[in-house]
Amino acid sequence: MTTVAESRRLRRSSRGGANWRQRFRKDWPLLLMVSPVIVLLGVFHYFPTLGNVIAFQDYSPYAGIRGSEWIGFGNFARLFAEPEFWSALLNTLTITGFQLVFFFPIPIFLALLLNSVLSVRVRTMIQGVAYLPHFFSWVLVVSLFQQMLGGSGLLAQSLRTHGHGAFDLMTNPDTFLLLVTSQAVWKDAGWGMIVFLAALSTINPALYEAAAADGANRWRRMWHITLPGLRPVIVLLLILRLGDALSVGFEQFILQRAAVGSEVSEVLDTYVYYQGLLVGDFGYGAAAGLFKGVVGLVLILVANRFAHMMGEQGVYSKS
Amino acid sequence: MTSPNLTIPSRLARRRAATAENQRPAWEEPPSVPGRLSKGVILGLVVLAVTFPLYVVVVTSLSSTEAVTRAGGLVVVPRELTLSAYVQLLSGGVVTKALMVSMGVTVIGTLFSLVITVLAAYGLSRPGSLLHRPLLFVVLLTFLFGPGIIPSYLLVSSFGLIDSYASLILPTAISAFNLIVMRSFFMGIPGELIDSARVDGASEFGILTRIVMPLSKAVVAVVGLFYAVSYWNAFFNALLYLNDNNKWPLQLVLRTYIVQAQQLPAGAGGIVTSPGMNLAPAPTLAIKMAIVVIAVLPVLLAYPFIQRHFTKGVIIGAVKG
Repeated sequence: MTTVAESRRLRRSSRGGANWRQRFRKDWPLLLMVSPVIVLLGVFHYFPTLGNVIAFQDYSPYAGIRGSEWIGFGNFARLFAEPEFWSALLNTLTITGFQLVFFFPIPIFLALLLNSVLSVRVRTMIQGVAYLPHFFSWVLVVSLFQQMLGGSGLLAQSLRTHGHGAFDLMTNPDTFLLLVTSQAVWKDAGWGMIVFLAALSTINPALYEAAAADGANRWRRMWHITLPGLRPVIVLLLILRLGDALSVGFEQFILQRAAVGSEVSEVLDTYVYYQGLLVGDFGYGAAAGLFKGVVGLVLILVANRFAHMMGEQGVYSKS
Repeated sequence: MTSPNLTIPSRLARRRAATAENQRPAWEEPPSVPGRLSKGVILGLVVLAVTFPLYVVVVTSLSSTEAVTRAGGLVVVPRELTLSAYVQLLSGGVVTKALMVSMGVTVIGTLFSLVITVLAAYGLSRPGSLLHRPLLFVVLLTFLFGPGIIPSYLLVSSFGLIDSYASLILPTAISAFNLIVMRSFFMGIPGELIDSARVDGASEFGILTRIVMPLSKAVVAVVGLFYAVSYWNAFFNALLYLNDNNKWPLQLVLRTYIVQAQQLPAGAGGIVTSPGMNLAPAPTLAIKMAIVVIAVLPVLLAYPFIQRHFTKGVIIGAVKG
């Protein structure tokens, strides 16, 4: 009889209810520990995400979400008819494209160069210096660039003492693309090496020795061993960057918008900020933000699917 | 007598091992002279590009009016160094206030973020625990989209948090990345250790504080420093949520007086009141550069500690996934 009762209890515990209760009795402290994070994310991440419904409203802060009038896709119609919005989108994509060509390869190049330095101490020292600006704020980076390249900066100052005319890279709209890219390189190219250095350290050194024995010189070894070894990381990062094409960094642009003018420096994020918050056109700004969010999400998902197709492990795995 | 005999060979061996590691393998051809030269030049330029602007800013912040005038602006060659800019800035006024705000937000925010991150990372690190998959999914999903600027602003304002220091902490208190770094470290702790503690009757909280935490000092330090740096550097939250410029953190002060080059208010530098100091007033440029130095100094001080843990693979492991 005991065996029958036992087996029945076993069967019941493996079926829903009691099992959950048992697991809850065992695991509730763990759930309690996770709860502050879940509550915070719920309140400050997921709940405001729902607030994007005001993109479909003629939102007034006094009436609130419940009291404001629903206008369907009216804000989006206005958005797509607005040349300034298209200009912001174009600026964003131009900056992404430019940085893909002139920023993306630099960390790979630096990592290869650094990896060929034999002395561990020199390598660690250079790594230490090169990673540092990643931890600086954008305000600081822009301040430093201004002091070096701005109208009253060091370069202008020494040009002036040598009899050259006024010079200010920080307010010149024609060179803005170059300026923001060099700021991004200064801040993050060193840090970008980290992934490539890690990938380089996983390449089997015996491959190099074998290739050298077969008569492959330095460059052929790089072409046939090093670059194929880096390929998965390069492909993954490239795809991720494309998936993130609509984000070029917000603080960097808002800090320099006044100096060079919105024509070249307005990107999607700053457009949302100015139109939505500073002008006070909340529904319209939210529509622009939602457009960016939804297109960005689609791009990330497509990019990730693409990464899987290429046989690489994406940002999130399928399991 | 025995101990030197033991240590000297081992030190020699260590040095020999180090040079062996530094040596070119026998099969590799030595690089050409121009190749080696250009490598040195490029890497030298990288180091210079980072250090030179910092050097100029520090030297200028320490310069006297005379030195600034002679240089015609920023000072490259240090002469007659003085601390008067710092004394002026730190003897009350806008910058002192902003420094207090930034330090307070950084300390309180980092403690808060670290505690809830450790708790959640442990709560999600036990394999097979109830609901851990969906909860982890809730955390990971935040990587894919953000709520957007305007809804966040409306939420914070509807809570009445505009112009409160809480608005600088709560909305960005959790970094999913930091949480995942810590969780993957906790998952690497052998399950037997935790199970045996459980058999001995320890509660989950006891296991976390007495077994997991002592084993995880490095990762807790790194994640704590990451949080601290991000609180210290935070600029956008303050721009968005603070209208009252008496509550500004240092980054906003930096933006106003350096990036936007607004005139420093009369009391900004404070007034050198201590009679014993006998310092001449610092030039405006030195004061501005001193603000930059004050904004960067904590990061520079924290950096060696962050860097020490790069080698332990905490971050690289997480970056690789």
